[in-house]
Amino acid sequence: MGIFSKFFGALKKTKDAISKKISQIFVGELDDDFYEELEYVLVSSDLSVEASSEIVEEVKKLAKKNKVKTEEDFKKLLRQAMTDILTLDEDEDTYPTLYTIVGVNGVGKTTAIGKMAHYYKSHKKSVLMVAGDTFRAAASDQLTEWSKRAGTRIVKYGEGVDPGAVVYDGIHSAIAKHDDVVLVDTAGRLHNKVGLMEELKKISKIISKEWSDRVQTYLVIDATTGQNALQQVEMFNEIMPLDGIILTKLDGSSKGGVVFAIAKKYGIPIKFVGVGEGIDDLEPFNAKEFVENIV
Amino acid sequence: MALFGTLGEKLNHVFSKITKKGTLTDLEIKNAMREIKLVLLEADVNYLVVKDFIAKVTEKSTGERVMKSLTPGQQIIKIVNEELTALMGSTNAKLTVASKPPTVIMMCGLQGAGKTTMCGKLAKMLKKQGKKPMLVACDIYRPAAINQLKTIGKSVDVEVYDEGTAKPEKTSLNAIKYADKKGYDTVIIDTAGRLQINEELMTELQNIKKAVNPSEILLTVDAMIGQESVNVATTFNEKLDITGVILTKLDGDTRGGAALSIRAVTGKPIKFCGVGEKMDDIEPFYPDRMASRILDMGDVLSLIEKAQANYTEEEARKLEKKMRENSFTLDDYLVQFEQLKKMGSISDILAMLPGSNKLKLNENAIDEKQLAKNKAIIQSMTKKERQDPDGIKGSQKKRIATGSGTTIQDVNILLKQFSQSRELMKQFNGKKKGGLAGMRLPF
Ligand SMILES: Nc1nc2c(ncn2[C@@H]2O[C@H](COP(=O)(O)OP(=O)(O)O)[C@@H](O)[C@H]2O)c(=O)[nH]1
Ligand SMILES: [Mg+2]
Repeated sequence: MGIFSKFFGALKKTKDAISKKISQIFVGELDDDFYEELEYVLVSSDLSVEASSEIVEEVKKLAKKNKVKTEEDFKKLLRQAMTDILTLDEDEDTYPTLYTIVGVNGVGKTTAIGKMAHYYKSHKKSVLMVAGDTFRAAASDQLTEWSKRAGTRIVKYGEGVDPGAVVYDGIHSAIAKHDDVVLVDTAGRLHNKVGLMEELKKISKIISKEWSDRVQTYLVIDATTGQNALQQVEMFNEIMPLDGIILTKLDGSSKGGVVFAIAKKYGIPIKFVGVGEGIDDLEPFNAKEFVENIV
Repeated sequence: MALFGTLGEKLNHVFSKITKKGTLTDLEIKNAMREIKLVLLEADVNYLVVKDFIAKVTEKSTGERVMKSLTPGQQIIKIVNEELTALMGSTNAKLTVASKPPTVIMMCGLQGAGKTTMCGKLAKMLKKQGKKPMLVACDIYRPAAINQLKTIGKSVDVEVYDEGTAKPEKTSLNAIKYADKKGYDTVIIDTAGRLQINEELMTELQNIKKAVNPSEILLTVDAMIGQESVNVATTFNEKLDITGVILTKLDGDTRGGAALSIRAVTGKPIKFCGVGEKMDDIEPFYPDRMASRILDMGDVLSLIEKAQANYTEEEARKLEKKMRENSFTLDDYLVQFEQLKKMGSISDILAMLPGSNKLKLNENAIDEKQLAKNKAIIQSMTKKERQDPDGIKGSQKKRIATGSGTTIQDVNILLKQFSQSRELMKQFNGKKKGGLAGMRLPF
């Protein structure tokens, strides 16, 4: 069991579920009925109908070409096709970097920041948290608690303050103290709320004006989310170009299959997965292992 | 399996090969059901629920006579919509009141579903109804969760009881004694979010339930949830025998297929919806609205109803014949305008059409002033001109413009629109597309 042990644990149920379902439908003939059922199996993990049917078409072709007979060989093909989708080009992390964490309400942004802080600290980086959620009741208390747990500095104001002001001060504090990693928390917002998305645009402008080093914007997606995740990506990406996805709550029974459609359509890589509520329940994403643990 | 267009469009496509009306054939139904299946899956209805639903609707549709005033596609939508609405139950926004106060309402759900906010909304709603609610903070795990509830309590002016991170069952029991003493008639217990597969935390909920015997156990579910809705709802229901469901974040643009899934697997009513971040943003659950939302078809059914009421069969048949014969004239165009007006304002109708929320509506197409203008233009033409618009010359155009109080440009635009419409109809005829008399807009 390596660094992915928790991840394995979290995904094991998933693997069992999908693997078992495939075994159930894998009874000899790889005919149309089989492939239709396979599509259902994939859809049941929140892969979009489109992504599922494309994957199915692909493996169907390959299975025919390679004259696949056994269940294990077939699963191998399927795994390969799925891994290919999630394998995307990414640039190396350099420091200092300012990470802005965005997403809809309750997906786990603040928690992800707490865990990221711990992650970067354990990689010997100095970390600053910026409490940019000045909207939700007690949001900055929540982040403060995480800064204590992770042992990092935090810049925060009270509720109702302009988040732009907090971000501004946070950035200048980080520059003054030469922090390697700045983690900006933002209020949860539904992506179809124009006003709130405008606010995010303002924050984004302040960042690009005040912070001259590397910036990354990560969208947090709850693994239980269905197809609406695609809308979330679309709209957030329009306001602040997204560099990565953080997929949370993979310790549940959800599969997070919607990331396949996201990867296909937007080419945005998954950076981290959240596998619990503890401070080290965050792991860097690895496509091969993610897929191997699904199928 | 390309995914584009609305259910309405897809069904129209499915039915484009059907020329005769009558009863729906098995093949027609099968093809239509395939499209409906996709729509439901894209709306995050659980695939097992989809399979079940499709089987049911197929049975209902088999041998069903297509009503004269509807296209087969509309007929199917009608059946699907009715079935979906029925499945989702009735509007049921009543909370059970305990025979001996205080009434206890216990909230439960996954992390981040929106329980704490919903507690505040329920408290405010109850206050408005003349009740005296109290809140209890039992999320002892998430950092600052108790503070969050306290802040919310303050904003709706409702007392929040807490015992820090003491055991939730103990806190809630004491809370009820406290409420009794203070004369509060309703107690709302906020609990920590938890995964339904976490045995330990599910036991905690069972213990709270045992301790306080709630009148309502409400499962709060994020409307954006995907296929897992079924596992989540089933497990919470099995462990706690929930009394109802609350859907949150419906102010987002999710289609909310979970509503159907949860209802189907638990049989428990969906009582309320969260529709915003403000404490007033709570609504009763409307099954019919939810059905059209899941199908992404606006209020297409009311459109169908209106069409049925207003568009006589006679008119429909005449028009269809003209289309078949390619003898559609500006007179018929005028009748269509009148027809549209009878059915309500054009923008109303377009708003009801499937997909119009996504569609960037062509402003010209919904301009009623434009409609009136077009009417005036046609009415200023001679009979011959109306029969043969292609023969209208420059000088005639000038006369028509003056007569209708418009400009030559307006006349040109109308003529162009007309010829486009006619072109469109020719194409339909070419494909032997039938049954389009009912609803097809001539734009
Ligand atoms: N089980 C589990 N819960 C999580 C995970 N990440 C966050 N949460 C919980 O989800 C809830 C919402 O998290 P929060 O960080 O406040 O979300 P935010 O509104 O996006 O900032 C909290 O109860 C967190 O403890 C995860 O990976 N697994
Ligand atoms: Mg937060």
